Amino acid sequence: MNDFIQQLLADGPVVTDGAWGTELQARGLQSGELPDAWNLEHPERVVSVARAYVEAGSRVILTNTFGANRLRLGGHALANRVSEINRAGVQLSRQAAASAAHVFASIGPTGKMLLSGETTIEELRAAFAEQAQALAEGGADAIVIETMSDLDEAKAAIAAVKATGLPVVACAVFDAGKDKDRTMMGATPEQVARELTEAGADVVGANCGVGIERYVPVCQRLKTATDRPIWIKANAGLPVMVDGRVTYRTTPEEFAGHMPALLAAGASFIGGCCGANPEFIRAVKTHLTARS
Amino acid sequence: MQDLKPLREAILNGDAKAAHDFVEKALAAGAEPLPLVHDAMVPAMDEVGRRFECNEYFVPELLISARAMKSALELLRPLLIARGAQPAGRVVIGTVKGDLHDIGKNLVAAMLEGGGFDVVDLGVNVSPDQFVKAVKEKGANIVAMSALLTTTMPSMKGTIEALKQAGVREQVKVLVGGAPITQKYADEIGADGYSDNAPGAVSLAKKQLAAKA
Repeated sequence: MNDFIQQLLADGPVVTDGAWGTELQARGLQSGELPDAWNLEHPERVVSVARAYVEAGSRVILTNTFGANRLRLGGHALANRVSEINRAGVQLSRQAAASAAHVFASIGPTGKMLLSGETTIEELRAAFAEQAQALAEGGADAIVIETMSDLDEAKAAIAAVKATGLPVVACAVFDAGKDKDRTMMGATPEQVARELTEAGADVVGANCGVGIERYVPVCQRLKTATDRPIWIKANAGLPVMVDGRVTYRTTPEEFAGHMPALLAAGASFIGGCCGANPEFIRAVKTHLTARS
Repeated sequence: MQDLKPLREAILNGDAKAAHDFVEKALAAGAEPLPLVHDAMVPAMDEVGRRFECNEYFVPELLISARAMKSALELLRPLLIARGAQPAGRVVIGTVKGDLHDIGKNLVAAMLEGGGFDVVDLGVNVSPDQFVKAVKEKGANIVAMSALLTTTMPSMKGTIEALKQAGVREQVKVLVGGAPITQKYADEIGADGYSDNAPGAVSLAKKQLAAKA
């Protein structure tokens, strides 16, 4: 196991953070506005999200850089600011983390599909190399590749992160198939764990997609196919519309209620994704503290 | 009559070249275009949809089958038009305003094309006005909207309102889809149909048009 990751897990499972998008919206991010651009436009609001997670008990926080790759930023005429946005993202999380948390910088998918010919593997490699380089320069402790549906894209990102020398967490989203236990491309948890491990991931996992109850068996299956620690960040259920507003029905207590099962399934890093705010992290933290 | 099994297999296996070559040879040998479509290609795409439902096929298989279908249809389309055959319908499709995600939308567009629909793809970040304009200009009978973000979902409702105001709501069936969308949400905003997967969108579109006729 990677030394830094091993050290981090020495005292047992680690609480990560929750959703960023929904927290930024609560601070005024408009529909269609690019969250990553706020690292330059509203740095104080980005820090306040990071701080809310540190205060809730996150020992690992991510960064507001999920979409900060050239292909996505290009859609907002920001392709020339990739490096700046990523470095700022790390610095803002670092500022909130101080000595209380580690900063794992986020890399999300490009939104372009290899299979349909919208992009090429070379283009993906270049985009991820540029982003990973900037995140490393910004001072990230590690990098998390999140919400991947395509293993080839995930592997391109892993290779880019490996080149920086930072530890790498690689996660897929499982939300397809009748049991919602496959990636969009049809990969099973076993296949994902095996291939991401072979590609050099130090931690493998699952994030976004479905509610936490469905990620308990996914975690178990990931675990059977790899010797790496498992990272799980599930949604607070699926969104429902209540009075014209998007709401997540799962409560922080219900979410934390799945902790015994998730820990038994072998999860080492636990946090939340869409709809999981700092209250969810606080509830998870309380549960883990009570257990130890 | 000619054995159509190789054509069906080519589409099922996503072999665009084999599908194209089969159709080319069949036409050169004097085959009628319509039976090729109805007796081999459409049933093959139905089977692709069935395999998707059963977890035998996933997105990669859908994409390559749709591509094989398209390559065969491209040869047949001029002949079908010359014989007065109508497309299954004309779809105006797009990802709604504020949303730049196009993977799901592209997949549905490819499957609809494979299903014999004329597809007008408006791209991403499509405003209600752009949908209305395209419906009027293209004479569409289906509007298909996609959203990945919970923050952009409300724009679907905005588009339906805009279609009403422009007086073209009755002319079209409105279909919606995307990760955060549910049947309940589709009902709430007054959409005609919802599908949680791409092959489902094709059967839904056909069903809706049949109900309308």
